[in-house]
Amino acid sequence: MSLSRPEVEKIALLGRLLLSEEEIKRMTVQLGDVLGYMDLLGEVDTTNVEPMVHAQDMTNVFRDDVAHPSLDRGQALANAPHRDEECYLVPAVL
Amino acid sequence: MTLIDRTATDHLADLIAGRISSVELTRAYLDQIDRHDSRVRAFLRVDPQAALDRAEDIDRRRAAGQSLGRLAGLPVAIKDVLCTQGEPTTCASRILENFRPPYDATVIARLKAADAVLIGKTNMDEFAMGGSNENSAFHPTHNPWDLSRIPGGSSGGAAACVAARMAPLAVGSDTGGSIRSPAGLCGVSGLKPTYGRVSRYGLVAFASSLDQIGPLAQTAEDMALLLEVLAGHDAADSTSVNLPVPQYTKTVRQPLAGLRLGMVREHFGDGLDVEVEAAVREAVRVYESLGAKVTWLSMPHSKYAVATYYVIAPCEASSNLARYDGVHYGHRTDEKQMLADLQAEHARLQKAGDKRALENTENPLIRMYRRSRAEGFGPEVKRRIMLGTYALSAGYYDAYYKKALQVRRLIRQDFDRAFEEVDLLIGPVTPTPAFKIGEKIDDPLAMYLFDLYTVSTNLAGIGALSIPCGFSSAGLPIGLHLQAPPFEEERLLRGARMFQQATDWHGRKPAMLGGSADC
Repeated sequence: MSLSRPEVEKIALLGRLLLSEEEIKRMTVQLGDVLGYMDLLGEVDTTNVEPMVHAQDMTNVFRDDVAHPSLDRGQALANAPHRDEECYLVPAVL
Repeated sequence: MTLIDRTATDHLADLIAGRISSVELTRAYLDQIDRHDSRVRAFLRVDPQAALDRAEDIDRRRAAGQSLGRLAGLPVAIKDVLCTQGEPTTCASRILENFRPPYDATVIARLKAADAVLIGKTNMDEFAMGGSNENSAFHPTHNPWDLSRIPGGSSGGAAACVAARMAPLAVGSDTGGSIRSPAGLCGVSGLKPTYGRVSRYGLVAFASSLDQIGPLAQTAEDMALLLEVLAGHDAADSTSVNLPVPQYTKTVRQPLAGLRLGMVREHFGDGLDVEVEAAVREAVRVYESLGAKVTWLSMPHSKYAVATYYVIAPCEASSNLARYDGVHYGHRTDEKQMLADLQAEHARLQKAGDKRALENTENPLIRMYRRSRAEGFGPEVKRRIMLGTYALSAGYYDAYYKKALQVRRLIRQDFDRAFEEVDLLIGPVTPTPAFKIGEKIDDPLAMYLFDLYTVSTNLAGIGALSIPCGFSSAGLPIGLHLQAPPFEEERLLRGARMFQQATDWHGRKPAMLGGSADC
């Protein structure tokens, strides 16, 4: 399994990463190596095997619908790199 | 034997009997950190005054006859992956360098309620991704047995600080071997509980279906002591299991009668170092001399464990780490510079008449995400985000992620079948002793293959531990891996304790502390 440069660039965009020229080169080789190793899985017969998404077979763990205190706005905003008194601030999108 | 060579269990008895104060004990460990951590570098942060204040408060309450928690006065080191309210929690990542969580992880709250003295936050591979501690964004940790070697990872700081007697107890996390592997390489004991045994609330997520928090210590008894405090149901973690927590400290001294041990054929094949194999086989003979019966068995899917793990863990990681967006918390790129660069890029493309590239240029928000993440994450974290994003992307989901989940079930079924015949599986925890810092840094695949004995435990969701079982000719510790059926931590601890009664590998200390592998 080898990866092309456009594929690596596309994945970097999907993963919200920005790679340097050197990182793209290194990543192309290293990801190719690792994905090549993963081809090993192809030899396992998994016909009719149910995927195991979790270690405990639990579904729909509910709690009573009771209001609990949660973080107040000040605490929630405290770690934000850019904010005003009530909002997170981001660069203009449009 | 000096004070800090004693076990946590002994310390606790001394504290309760008034033979020592928590301040004396805490000071002894802080002194040891002072003496040795400039070379080992196990800690990311130590706040001596806060620890001593806390110890003093506990001593005062004890003197006043107040009732105290289970670990009252005992220093405990914490892997920097666990949220501590108001205190930096970095995950050894630049992206969280200035992050101060607004709440305590459940295990931190439990430790505080138990009156433990939190002595410092330990180094790790960034976001717990790695097996050598070289992926810390701040500095590598060194193996106390040979400072030119890795301590293992990702809980390398936790294992090294226990090995160097800088804390009697440490809390780590294990997603694919991150407690057991460094425990093995540093000559200490470490346990990864069954998935769901310990609440993950406030554990910075790496791979949520695999992550589990557990204890590192010198002995099985000390692990029992710490696990008893860490374990238990928590409404804040829907995957934590509502089962009573056994009193591990009450049973840990009882040997397992009629113990049936299983050796997995596939774990004694290619790649296993001869000295590691010899030490593990000798450990098996010790168990036989204690009455255990040993059978060989096969786990046919174990050869696929590494490939399965390195699909599933990066998939979960890429989705978990999407939260680092430079908006809510964590590092954000310099916005002015980013906008100026973007503008210059536009002008350049316009001038060149490259319409397609112009259309493909992302908007300032997306560019802000990308630059913040590019600056904040280290190489291994980027690699895993790339791997996971690729494996989950359109057209590859079935071939990688779904396929890996199916093989995961087959791996679990191998364990279920094995545990119909035996009580515990016994084998090596790592294929070789600790390697040199820098040795595998440019070869991610070689690094991943180092995890071949540990990752299947997490895929299956069962419990396992590592205890010291010997040394290589170069004087490096060798770890023994015991794996058990789900929620059989009691069996693991009793099995480990009976071995530690018959051997003294766990009592050895590194030459840098004036000890040696030989005595």
